[in-house]
Amino acid sequence: MAAPKKGRSASAQSRPGRSLALILIAIAALTGGMFASGHTTPRLGIDLAGGTSITLAAKSGQESAINKTNMDTAVDIMNRRVNGLGVSEAEVQTQGDRNIIVNIPRGTNSKQARDQVGTTAKLYFRPVLATEVSGAAASPGATPSASGSPSAQSGSKATSSGSPTPSGSATPSATATSQGRPVTDALKATSSPTPSGSAPASSSAPSASPSPSGGSDATAALQAQYAALNCADPAVRAKAGVGAKPTEPTVACGQNSQKQWQKYVLGPAEVAGTDVKKAQAVYDTQGAGGWKVTMDFTSAGAKKFASITGKLAQNQSPQNQFAIVLDGEVVSDPYVQQALTGGNAEITGSFDQTEAKDLANVLSYGALPLSFEEQSVTTVTAALGGEQLHAGLIAGAIGLALVVIYLVVYYRGLSMIAIASLLVSAVLTYVIMSLLGPTIGFALNLPAVCGAIVAIGITADSFIVFFERIRDEIREGRSLRPAVERAWPRARRTILVSDFVSFLAAAVLFIVTVGKVQGFAFTLGLTTVLDVVVVFLFTKPLMTILARRKFFASGHTWSGLDPKRLGAKPPLRRTRRPSAPVDPKEA
Amino acid sequence: MSKLGNLGARLHRGEVGYDFVGNRKIWYGVSILITLAAILGLTVRGLNMGIEFQGGAVFTTPKTSVSVAQAETFAEDSAGHQAVVQKLGTGGLRIQIAGVDTGKADQIKDQLAKDLSVDSEKINADLVGPSWGEQVASKAWQGLAIFMVLVVIYLAIAFEWRMAVAALVALIHDITITTGIYALVGFEVTPGTVIGLLTILGYSLYDTVVVFDSLKEQTKDLTKQTRWTYSDVANRSINSTLVRSINTTVVALLPVAGLLFIGGGFLGAGTLNDISLSLFVGLAAGAYSSIFIATPLVADLKEREPQMKALKKRVLAKRAQAAAAEEPLDDSAAGNPDDFEPDDAAPAVVGQRHQPASRTRGRGRPSGKRR
Repeated sequence: MAAPKKGRSASAQSRPGRSLALILIAIAALTGGMFASGHTTPRLGIDLAGGTSITLAAKSGQESAINKTNMDTAVDIMNRRVNGLGVSEAEVQTQGDRNIIVNIPRGTNSKQARDQVGTTAKLYFRPVLATEVSGAAASPGATPSASGSPSAQSGSKATSSGSPTPSGSATPSATATSQGRPVTDALKATSSPTPSGSAPASSSAPSASPSPSGGSDATAALQAQYAALNCADPAVRAKAGVGAKPTEPTVACGQNSQKQWQKYVLGPAEVAGTDVKKAQAVYDTQGAGGWKVTMDFTSAGAKKFASITGKLAQNQSPQNQFAIVLDGEVVSDPYVQQALTGGNAEITGSFDQTEAKDLANVLSYGALPLSFEEQSVTTVTAALGGEQLHAGLIAGAIGLALVVIYLVVYYRGLSMIAIASLLVSAVLTYVIMSLLGPTIGFALNLPAVCGAIVAIGITADSFIVFFERIRDEIREGRSLRPAVERAWPRARRTILVSDFVSFLAAAVLFIVTVGKVQGFAFTLGLTTVLDVVVVFLFTKPLMTILARRKFFASGHTWSGLDPKRLGAKPPLRRTRRPSAPVDPKEA
Repeated sequence: MSKLGNLGARLHRGEVGYDFVGNRKIWYGVSILITLAAILGLTVRGLNMGIEFQGGAVFTTPKTSVSVAQAETFAEDSAGHQAVVQKLGTGGLRIQIAGVDTGKADQIKDQLAKDLSVDSEKINADLVGPSWGEQVASKAWQGLAIFMVLVVIYLAIAFEWRMAVAALVALIHDITITTGIYALVGFEVTPGTVIGLLTILGYSLYDTVVVFDSLKEQTKDLTKQTRWTYSDVANRSINSTLVRSINTTVVALLPVAGLLFIGGGFLGAGTLNDISLSLFVGLAAGAYSSIFIATPLVADLKEREPQMKALKKRVLAKRAQAAAAEEPLDDSAAGNPDDFEPDDAAPAVVGQRHQPASRTRGRGRPSGKRR
């Protein structure tokens, strides 16, 4: 009809197909990706899948201690602890600036995990009295006296032979110390060429007769404990050294670089984790190169460390080693070459970057002035989780159905476009949520479901704004095609402005808040963005295309665009141009 | 088309319309009353803070034959604290015990499992330390404050500061009313409630922004004509977006209502229920405030501008003139000689673009527009 801006609508006609194709390709690609990745359902949160979720809050004497680095270190440690329990897929993550969330899926011992997570980590430096490989191969009593002489100057790579068989052959190069790498310990200042050969094969060759020989304070009971200790058994391992007082000798387990478990008799703690001021993994550009860990001690710590290293340096292997014990587990057992009096030390060896960082983390964790307090513990049984999910889905379905009914009643034919758009939006939301599970660890929880349901309203509103605009234009007397093209720019602005506000709310909430609020904000933000995408790339082009159809263009009664019903034709008395139902008065 | 469709057409043509701006004093009054009641409720009754804010434990059991009173005794015996027990739709029980710390809760759970003879593994436990709820709430307030600042800045840029102020007032209004209703009715406040409340932010503003957008568009060249005052145009914007506002609110409330009744019906109390309840209340308040409070407030603020004052004077003068001239000619809607309040002049809708409609309106008017 007499469209005032025919040119504009004509130029726009080439585009709709392309936009539609684009979004359909995007959907196909995303869906394909979803199936390819094998994650065809969104990952469910604890409250829907069942399990235990623990929220911890950091506490500290000094506020500045609660910072990102410290929190990340704490998360690393907790991850080690929880996943060390054999809990599969427990996840530990920070939330906000001072909270840590630990999610433990159902079917695991949540009580044990809670104990593990809740307690403050205890890091000690204990002298090694005796050590040997423990496990199936190693008969508990074996006392191979191989003296791992620190001969091999093979540098840091500990991987060399060194299969620490209890035979005690202890090939010179056999370097595997507890944590695998031959760790030497050198004072920075005096810096004996750092990777001073492999470690004295300490671990591989537990020369120290486990008998009290070395450790004078290793009592008979301890000996018996040591003899019986089988570190290869996770259950035994978890109990080893638990509850040991720092002032008393104890037994402990640790893993060497060959992933073999090694057991230890350890003397009383000489230096505590809190004596470590700072620990860092650094790349050594001098000397042999490679990763090493440097430690700075507090002044009190430095004194203690100097005295222990002074003592240890005079001993034979393995009694010249000290063990870094975290929560009862030996994480490293470097040997000492000389007294380290400078207040700092470095541990060198065949670290790769990750190992060095891990060790530095562990060391710093002991220095973390943080403790954690349980804020909330939620245990959801699988039954209830399923029920909640069910209820959420039903509620969503009912809500969607009501919206669809309302739209159909009110917009008739036009509602088909709205419903198709809602469907596209729903598919996109679902697929993206599924994909976000493995990629960024997004888990659909109950508040997120709520966010999605609420989003139905926001999404539908965009269509309503657009449709009402079109109808207004038709009421002005335009025919459909120009009406659509005229309505779009104005509707577009409204949609963008209002969606921006909605997105802003979601973004602020996501960044600032904690707990369940975050999941909700995330979904809301995601769906708001998708709403814009769908309206621009799907609804509008579809509308443009359908506007060419006779059903809509002619304003069929059921199209929802019937000019008569919309009251488009101005009453005769109202106009001086009675012949033309179209009066572009606004132009 | 449906009745609402017809209404839409008539609103569009200005055959019907409600003078929102002209009657703003009434609605301000209503809002002030509700707000006062809300504040009164908040101060006198206070909010019924859920267990999440005090610290304690909530256990949900599967279906059991133990009666509520019995369960209460069991719970109090094992915990040594006051316990509140509710029966759920599923036949299970919801047992709330305030004041127990998270460590002790495990024992209580085991004890309860024994007493109620259900498997301990099948009891859901929600243990909350005393400071957690506080943290959630304080973060939420922090988020709220940041959001408000940002949104005011944004609206001030996208529209103008008056609209930003009006939107903010409307927002505070909605939140006050929602919390007030919580205080008065005594609904329990949980983190879920806080989530709902925060969503209202987005939603309430979303609604307001749509009206403002139309207002901005229609007032673009306002000073170039002498037919309408700012209030007239504001009123027209509200009326012309009324159908959309109604539709949007209905469409938004339908899923939330679904959530509320499913959340309530199926599961008794729970996160779903908490969120949807505060959403339901807040959405309703939000729709109301964007129509009855925000836009009239903008008109009020705007009419204080010297420019707009001048315009109003011109418009009134012209109307008076027109009224004098057209009086004998029977229909002179624009003149509205029977109007006491001048802003009231064009209560019905009709845009500049419909100028001829002023004639029509005389006829359409008696039916609907005069309050």
